[in-house]
Amino acid sequence: MDLSAMLTAVILIGILGLLLGLFLGFASKVFHVETDEREEKIIEALPGNNCGGCGYPGCSGLAAAIVKGEAPVGGCPVGGEAVAARVAEIMGVEAGSGKRMVAYVKCGGNCEAAGKKYDYHGEADCRMAALLPGGGDKSCAYGCLGYGSCVKECEFDAIHIVKGIAVVDKDACKACGKCMAACPKKLIELIPYDSEYMVACSSKDKGPNVMKACKTGCIGCGLCMKNCEAAAVTVSELVAHIDQEKCVKCGVCMEKCPRRTIVNEK
Amino acid sequence: MSVLSELLIIAVGSALVSNVVLSQFYGLCPFLGVSKQLKTASGMGLAVIFVITLSSLVAGVIYKFLLVPFNLEYLKTIVFILVIAALVQFVEMFLKKSIPSLYESLGVYLPLITTNCAVLGTALTNVQEEYSIFYGVVNGFATAAGFAIAICILAGIREKMRYNDIPKPFRGMPIVLITAGLMAIAFCGFSGLL
Repeated sequence: MDLSAMLTAVILIGILGLLLGLFLGFASKVFHVETDEREEKIIEALPGNNCGGCGYPGCSGLAAAIVKGEAPVGGCPVGGEAVAARVAEIMGVEAGSGKRMVAYVKCGGNCEAAGKKYDYHGEADCRMAALLPGGGDKSCAYGCLGYGSCVKECEFDAIHIVKGIAVVDKDACKACGKCMAACPKKLIELIPYDSEYMVACSSKDKGPNVMKACKTGCIGCGLCMKNCEAAAVTVSELVAHIDQEKCVKCGVCMEKCPRRTIVNEK
Repeated sequence: MSVLSELLIIAVGSALVSNVVLSQFYGLCPFLGVSKQLKTASGMGLAVIFVITLSSLVAGVIYKFLLVPFNLEYLKTIVFILVIAALVQFVEMFLKKSIPSLYESLGVYLPLITTNCAVLGTALTNVQEEYSIFYGVVNGFATAAGFAIAICILAGIREKMRYNDIPKPFRGMPIVLITAGLMAIAFCGFSGLL
C-alpha cells in the first residue's frame, strides 16, 4: 500500500479544510453586518408560522419592522396579547391594549333561508362563481356563495361551510385577515372577540328584492337604529351596521328586527 | 464544429433534453418543496442558477489545478462538497454586506441549496464529461436554467391546481407528483431536438 499517496490525500484535504475554515472565519469578520440583537429576540418570541397575517413577509419581516418602530409591538395578530407583552418587554415599552379580534361573515342566508337562481356546475370557487351573471348562482347577489374560497385560505382551520354559508369558529380564529381578502363579496369583517350582536346580512338591495331572495335579509327598515339607546346601530345603503365599540349588548335591536337579521352569537 | 455551436448543443442538451429534474431526477427536494407559488419558485430558480454557475467554475478550477496534479481525482466528491458548502456560505456573507437587495430577494433559498444534489451533480457531470472549465460553466448555467424552467412551470400549474376539484386521495403531494411525472413525459419530446 502506498503510504505517501494516502498521506498526500490526508494532508491536502486537511489543509484545504483548514484554509476554507480560516477563510470563512476571516470573511465573517470582514463582512460582518450589524444587526439589532432585539430583532433576534423578537423573532424567537413570535409564533414563527410565517403566515403573513401581519402584512409583512414572515415573522422576521415583522420583527425588523418592530425594531425600526414601523410596526406596533402587538403587530402579530396570531400571537395576541401574550406575544405582544413579551415583545413589549424586549422593546422596553408598554404593550398597548391589544384587543382580540375575530373574523365574522356578514351573511345569514344559509340554504334554508336563501335559494339558488340557477344551477352552477363550474369550478368550486367563489371568485369564479362571483363573475357569473347576477354575481353567482345564489338568489341574493350580495350573499355568501358557499364555495369556500375563504376555507381554502384559512391556515388555522377556523372557517367552515355550514349549511351552505361560511361560518367562523371564533375560538380558532387568529384574525389574520386572509379570508377577508379571499371573499369576492367582501362579506368578512373583523369584530372584537366579545361582540354579542351582529348583523348577519350585507345586502344593499331594496326591501322587496331582499324579501324575495332571502328569509333573513336586512331590508333597511331602520327599526334597530331607532330603538338603540346607545346609538350603536346605523343603517346606510339599506343595510344595518352595529358599531361594536358603542354596543352596550342590551339586545333590543335583535328583538325589534322584523326579519331576524340581527343575531346573538355570544 | 465551431465552438459556438458546440456550446449551444451543450446548453440545449442540459437545459431541455436531459433536464436536471425531469430526466436526471436531481434536486427533487426543492422542486417539490418550494413550488407552491410562482414568486418563491422563481426566487429559488434564480438562487440555483447563481450557485450552480459559480460552483461549476470553482469546482472546475479546484479539480484541474489541485486534484489532477496530485492524482487525487478519486477524492472529487468530498472535496466538491467541502468547497461548494464553503463557497455558498461566503457568497451569502458577501451578498448580505454588499448587495443587500439581492440577498433579500434570494432569501432563505441560498443557504437551502448549499448541499443540494443538483449542485454537486453538475460539478461531477462536468468532470465526467471532461468539459474544460469554460464549457463546465456554460453547462452549469444551462443545467440550472433547466431547473428554473421546470420549477416555474410546476409552480404555475400548482397555483391553478387549487381551483380544481381533485379527488380526495390525490390531494396534496400525490397530485403534484403525478403532475411532475406528466411534465417529465412532456419533456421527453425534446429528445428529438439534438
